[in-house]
Amino acid sequence: MSDLRRQPQILMCPPDHYGIEYEINPWMDRTRQADRAVAAQQWKQLKAILEDAGAKVHTMPAVPGLPDLVFTANAALIYGDASGGKLAVLANFLHPQRQGETEHDEAWFRAHGFEIQRLPEEYAFEGAGDALFCGETLFAGYRIRSDAAGHQQLGAMLSCRVIPLELVDHYYYHLDTCFCPLDPETAIYYPAAFDEYGLKALHAHVPNLIAVQAEEAQRFACNAVVVGRTVVTNTGCPKLHAELAARGFTPRETPLDEFVKAGGSAKCLTLRLDGEEAAAWRYRQPAATA
Amino acid sequence: MQSNPSAELEALAAVEEVEVAGHIIDSLILPKVLDLITGHGGAFRIKQISIGQARNDPSYALVEVRAPDEATLAQILEQIADHGARPTTDVDCRLVPADVEGAFPEGFYATTNQRTEVRLDGHWVPVADQEMDCGIVVDAQTRRPRCVPMNEIKVGDLVVVGHSGVRVFPHERDTAQHTFAFMNSAVSSEKPKGLAIRDIARQLYKNRQEGGKSVLVGGPAIVHTGSGEHLCELIRRGYINLLFAGNALATHDIEQALFGTSLGVYLDHGGLAETGHEHHLRAINRIRRIGSIRQAVEQGVLTRGIMYECVKNNVDFLLAGSIRDDGPLPEVITDVLEAQRQMRQKLRDVNFCLMVATTLHSVAVGNLLPAWVKVFCVDINPSTVIKLNDRGSFQTAGLVTDVEPFLRILVDELQRLERGEGGTVQR
Repeated sequence: MSDLRRQPQILMCPPDHYGIEYEINPWMDRTRQADRAVAAQQWKQLKAILEDAGAKVHTMPAVPGLPDLVFTANAALIYGDASGGKLAVLANFLHPQRQGETEHDEAWFRAHGFEIQRLPEEYAFEGAGDALFCGETLFAGYRIRSDAAGHQQLGAMLSCRVIPLELVDHYYYHLDTCFCPLDPETAIYYPAAFDEYGLKALHAHVPNLIAVQAEEAQRFACNAVVVGRTVVTNTGCPKLHAELAARGFTPRETPLDEFVKAGGSAKCLTLRLDGEEAAAWRYRQPAATA
Repeated sequence: MQSNPSAELEALAAVEEVEVAGHIIDSLILPKVLDLITGHGGAFRIKQISIGQARNDPSYALVEVRAPDEATLAQILEQIADHGARPTTDVDCRLVPADVEGAFPEGFYATTNQRTEVRLDGHWVPVADQEMDCGIVVDAQTRRPRCVPMNEIKVGDLVVVGHSGVRVFPHERDTAQHTFAFMNSAVSSEKPKGLAIRDIARQLYKNRQEGGKSVLVGGPAIVHTGSGEHLCELIRRGYINLLFAGNALATHDIEQALFGTSLGVYLDHGGLAETGHEHHLRAINRIRRIGSIRQAVEQGVLTRGIMYECVKNNVDFLLAGSIRDDGPLPEVITDVLEAQRQMRQKLRDVNFCLMVATTLHSVAVGNLLPAWVKVFCVDINPSTVIKLNDRGSFQTAGLVTDVEPFLRILVDELQRLERGEGGTVQR
């Protein structure tokens, strides 16, 4: 992990055991099965684009019976302090189908030098899927997969401001399906996924908001991976890509339809380990020694 | 911040306290929770709020949520829980069986005179017989909680221990702009007495009109100052439903009825009677020979005075004894615990209490009354009223004045009200 500071670090899990084995969100339909071979191809393409954009991709082993382990974004929320320490706040998955993932996530983080924390077990919390830094503030989705009261505890644990945002559309069940910070002052979002309070709070705390239209939101336009100024999404988001290009970002698309069948896309398949580009804490971490 | 004026809020019977913490202002979680409460037919009062100063400081709000009924309240609580608003108490009160006769288990919950509820089987249940300095016992069969004094505890009684699962509703002070409330704030000999007395008259009048129960707690100065006749008038007119006193008031009242003196002083001309100091003893002795005050009235021995009017007008009285009593009169209860027990019983449905010229009995009655019973204390000595307040009967309003003019003006005011001259009776 010696080059953590210099090179973006991303955790992924290959889709060796991926499939639609249960239905825990409106996207999932067991009669509309994912093609594992195509999924593997799409996953490899995404990984290649991220590496091409400059990221170092770590992989954790897939586990039979845990098809959603591939969505590493939900494993934990990563936070780092000024002394260079790294903390992984592990998920408390809401659905029993995913609860088996945690021991594997924990093992990986322990083996890679992360301090482990957990919220009290009565609070559901689904990691970076529902908790995204934009600047100094942690935006946290609740009502569908994570609990608002758990986010309060998270704020106390990390001593940071937490803005809970209610998610009102079950198709956008994680915050990372409808909101994606690009840098400390800029984020893309899908307005219809929030209520008026959430929208007001977003407008008050994020200086530059880029709204995504419904048809592109359905293509998981907001479920983007940001590496430097490169923004990677599923295909079918031309309007967003044009907007990003106009703002000086480098948008890239790659087909991820096999994962959309499970309600996930680019962002869900990754977990940024050294702090998202938008997370202010990333810039306080000391430069790594060689 | 209030969504409703307090009275309107109080009218909503189902209530729960919730807390919301975190960045509830920035995220608009607090306004959302409050909007949800009102949007679902409830009302709220923010009881406490602290706003984080720095960006990372969390804020905290303690919110009282009220709804017209339990079902609506449950619905609201379920809604707002999703946004992180949690009831401050979600545990039942802890019950420990009493292991010693006449004593609470260690750590027992000590009551106040304020309205109290305990949480039993997930529901808030009002505590009956509210009284300060008691414990709360939950009936094993009916599961109803009530205040029980220490000395009445039986082995096996289920006593509430600790503070969790117990909530107290502080009695709202009357904020209406009238003299009665002003008098609440302090005790002073320099207050406009006429207005205060008019207000007491209105309370007594209203209570009589509405079939309420007014108690008078009196000391012997009522007789010594020659104002016994005013009290007789109040009794005859039906304003006093219950009389609490000691041996002295009844003794000097009867002394006056039989000999025309009080402590040997003729009340009509103020002169000292020959061997007058014996009069009160002879009075007590005569009643003891007959057997009771009641029989003395029935036999035509006692033909006037406060005790006579009580018997004649079916006004219940209780005489509690003290260590310095002569005699005492046959009706005097010399076992103080028994006196306390009977007083407690008789006070259950009292809703107005007038204390006149007695410290000992005033404090005793103040201890027994719940905070929502209006108490007015009249004494020549300000310390009596201060003592009452200091012992927790903060609902006491005081008037520092001589008893005789007080009672005289009170009777006049009541007569004015009866003639329809008193203006609107305040509710």
